[in-house]
Amino acid sequence: MYGKKVKLRLTFLIVLILSLGLTIYLVLVSLKENVVYFLSPTEIKALSELKKDKIRIGGMVKKNSINVNNDKIIFVITDFKNEINVTYSGLVPNLFQENKGVVAEGFLKDKNYFKAVKILAKHDENYMPPELSNQKGDK
Amino acid sequence: MTFNFIGNYSVIISLFLSFAIFFRTIFRLKNLNELIKIDLKKLIFFQFFFILVSFICLLILFINSEFSNITVYYNSHTTKPFFYKVSGLWGNHEGSLLLWLLILTFINFLYFSRSYNRPTKERLLTVIFQQIIIFGFTAFLIFTSNPFNEIFPSPKEGLGLNPILQDPLLAIHPPILYLGYVSTSIIFSSGLSSLVMGNVNSNWAFHIKKWILCSWIFLTGGILLGSIWAYYELGWGGFWFWDPVENISLMPWISLTALLHCVLVLEKRSSLGSWSIILCISTFTLSVCGTFLVRSGILNSVHTFANDPERGLYILIFLFFIIFLSLVLYFFYEDKLNFSNKSFGLITKESHILINNWFLMYFLSVILIGTIYPIFLEVISNQRISVGPPFFNKLIIPFLIPFLIFMSLGPNLGWLSSKKIEKKIILLTFFIINLFLSFFILKIIGKVKLLTLLLLAANFYLFFTTVKDFLKKGYKNFSQTVSHFGFSLLILSIILNAIFSKEIIANLKVGEGLSFENNQIIFKKIETSSGPNFEKIVGVFIIKDKKKIDTKFMPEVRIYNQPEVITSEAFIKTSIFKDRFLVINPVKDKTYFNVRYQEKPLMVWIWISTILIMIGGCINFLRNEK
Repeated sequence: MYGKKVKLRLTFLIVLILSLGLTIYLVLVSLKENVVYFLSPTEIKALSELKKDKIRIGGMVKKNSINVNNDKIIFVITDFKNEINVTYSGLVPNLFQENKGVVAEGFLKDKNYFKAVKILAKHDENYMPPELSNQKGDK
Repeated sequence: MTFNFIGNYSVIISLFLSFAIFFRTIFRLKNLNELIKIDLKKLIFFQFFFILVSFICLLILFINSEFSNITVYYNSHTTKPFFYKVSGLWGNHEGSLLLWLLILTFINFLYFSRSYNRPTKERLLTVIFQQIIIFGFTAFLIFTSNPFNEIFPSPKEGLGLNPILQDPLLAIHPPILYLGYVSTSIIFSSGLSSLVMGNVNSNWAFHIKKWILCSWIFLTGGILLGSIWAYYELGWGGFWFWDPVENISLMPWISLTALLHCVLVLEKRSSLGSWSIILCISTFTLSVCGTFLVRSGILNSVHTFANDPERGLYILIFLFFIIFLSLVLYFFYEDKLNFSNKSFGLITKESHILINNWFLMYFLSVILIGTIYPIFLEVISNQRISVGPPFFNKLIIPFLIPFLIFMSLGPNLGWLSSKKIEKKIILLTFFIINLFLSFFILKIIGKVKLLTLLLLAANFYLFFTTVKDFLKKGYKNFSQTVSHFGFSLLILSIILNAIFSKEIIANLKVGEGLSFENNQIIFKKIETSSGPNFEKIVGVFIIKDKKKIDTKFMPEVRIYNQPEVITSEAFIKTSIFKDRFLVINPVKDKTYFNVRYQEKPLMVWIWISTILIMIGGCINFLRNEK
């Protein structure tokens, strides 16, 4: 027969492997559900079908495109090739200005219309969504 | 000019000193009988001294606004207030690295002069490992991010510090956090050397506990400061966003917390030795890993000072070297960790500590995966994604329930074995009472959900057991009681805060108003004035609450001149029960303002409970509790 010590170690090992497996499974499942994809207006134009999930759009706020009323802000995000109309009601970050980089999170209604639920704050005044930095130079 | 010169060469001298100490120590290791203790201590002191000199040089350059220095040019401005000229030193990559190095050499000196009671060989080995780390960071500073580079001709005016960093809390946040990060290097070096020497025993545990506590207290404090800052400066009104940079500071904290508890078992029962060593290694690795992710520009945030792939690559190589070194040492010397292998029963203190260590490791891996998975995916498939709060909340909150229960049970059990059956019954009934209590509370609120119910019950359980412990045992294990009580208070405040937070967001013109629940928010007027290096727009709001009491709220928008950046200063009315939070933002041409009003219950208790957790650590540190 095996000693008590071996038995203990074996139980320990089994528990360890089981909990590790459970962890990995849980993490992978939740990752699948909670991931948000990041697209540019051009990539949205190229989509074959509309995504129903929450996505993020990065680009520039087009000049003279911001329109405000009491409960909504309407503006256009452009990547200098394509653009998309965005409506948003909620908190805007300090650096939300025309001709500045912006990242909006929300849902696509169609290929020209995006309903944002969150506009992300970028701390850096020189921040530029990656797809634009190639075109305009970093700083 | 001269300060640039002195500063630059001081760093280079200390790099050479690093060599000298390294070889001197190896020589000493071979000839242990030789009595040359003094000269090693002197060398280590001089290493710290020269870094201090160069730090002071850079400080003088910043205070005098000498823009011939590139670092000063990029990060300072003559109109900046004195305080922020000083904090501008570590508000950038090069300067913060010098601060890191200063603390590293200081801690190294402190360790060496405070560890006479340890075996000489172990001390010398620790010094060698420390020197490898110091050498790595000094070389990194000199070759990739020298703060003493000059520009010619020297500019008249600097570019200024990112205004969002011009804040008293954020000025002291980096030094505190760095103290925590850098102290983990001693834990790492000492852990490795005691592993090599086969000294992993309760004596070592007692010795290293001080360093773990010290690091843990500063890390907690640093995270707290950053969190409070984010609350009032970023205008989001929350205290934790699961942002990658926040996660990165939380990971070493979790690992350190696990280590702190493990070391207790090692001290009392001489077991869990090899697990403690693994935690020593992982804590420091996570700290360096955090530096890598933050400094390399992979994560975009306020902490990312420059996107320089060379720097990232350097830290990555250094990181791999450290991990490789420690793994090799671990596998070669692991068999030296011969413990009596006393197995322990399930219902003992040590088993509960071990179980909660597992939970902590689980939280750690969830955060690690959530933070680095997007980076990997981008490298592999060029898809950009982000992992948000729902991911972390979903995977962490349910597991807090057993975690809290084990946390309340553990301290009530004995080491080795507990045989008092009647005690178990008391503990069980106690839990059931708490379950009912939480149910009634949630019923009154009208938000009964199974998860919240269980979480609240588990938390009340911890809350009341710590109170009971205090009443019964008094000042015995006082530090643990305080910290655990603080933790339960923290979770309680977070739960209630999440349930009761209310907010409204609208775009308003001057003169307009809106109603919110029973409150009436009126936007009276805007006033403009100027501060030292910014113009400010103050919005004057009157909020009538249901008792018809008027409260004046004056949130600000600051327009900094250099660099030209707009920041909002939220106006927060804090009381014991709730925070009222108002922040404004100009949307277009300053006619419309984006207004956000929030009521956040128990906000102040989140900070207080975190301070309590820290105080628990301080008490243990000062009292030398066994």
